[in-house]
Amino acid sequence: MKIKDGAAVLDELDWKILQALQENAKQTYTEIGHLLDIAHSTVYDRIRKMEKNGVIKRYTTILDLEKAGVKYVTAIMTIFTDPKESENVAKRLSESEEVLEVSTSLSEELLIIAKVVAEDQEKLHSFIAHSIAPLPGVLRIRTSIVTRRYKEGECVKNFFGQGGIKLSKMETQGRVFKLNLTSLGNEEP
Amino acid sequence: MVMTSSSSRILRKLPRENAFYFFTSIGNYTGESASSLKAFLKKIKEIEDKSLEFHLYRGDFERWMAGTLEDEELAKKIQDLKAMNPVGDTLRDQLCFIVSKRYEKLKKSTK
Repeated sequence: MKIKDGAAVLDELDWKILQALQENAKQTYTEIGHLLDIAHSTVYDRIRKMEKNGVIKRYTTILDLEKAGVKYVTAIMTIFTDPKESENVAKRLSESEEVLEVSTSLSEELLIIAKVVAEDQEKLHSFIAHSIAPLPGVLRIRTSIVTRRYKEGECVKNFFGQGGIKLSKMETQGRVFKLNLTSLGNEEP
Repeated sequence: MVMTSSSSRILRKLPRENAFYFFTSIGNYTGESASSLKAFLKKIKEIEDKSLEFHLYRGDFERWMAGTLEDEELAKKIQDLKAMNPVGDTLRDQLCFIVSKRYEKLKKSTK
């Protein structure tokens, strides 16, 4: 990995290491080294460098709440906002435990898209009615309750890199890592 | 007869977090809200039927009136209306009639 104009530039081997980590972040340096036919010290050095430079944001765990016996509903909220208050609304949303993701969207109107979880539909509605709708600048809200998931999680491989390497998203069992695309000079997809 | 002090309390303007927010279904906020009984009366004349039906049958109106406006009498009247299962224009007409009658009575008692 090199730094060019303040942004990280990854080579093909870096991307292959990232891909291996995304498939299974619990793999040891030795296992990744065997997989890619390189020394474990090389794997160690490159991962450390990518951690240090913020290319790898963090290691986390994806839970299967259904298997853990937790009943919940997930919903995608589209919040139409007054442009002057949009930033504040996004910040307030980000502070809520019920909200998992918050993004702004480019469209004719300024939108905030948020992924939210609640124990049931009643609690979801109560959260939106009492905590989101009263926020200054919220013009209206559209909510879609997720009924079935076909793909979930964050994993980067074989999409942005060179030499046929690109990024995609996938779920893994156990630990996964978060890749910081902004530190690579890319916009997050 | 309603006491002047309680009438004024029921007719007061509420802070934004205690306003009534009109939805059409779970999580779908119309952008309309009412922060007093007067504003509520105005909004129920204009808001879409779907929103009135959504809130009436969930018990949101009576809950807001009893819990937030602190008007048990009006809450009871809304509860009775719900038991008659009105929908569409009938619901709007009856709801507006009940609320406006109550509003006028409260207003009169504050004079």
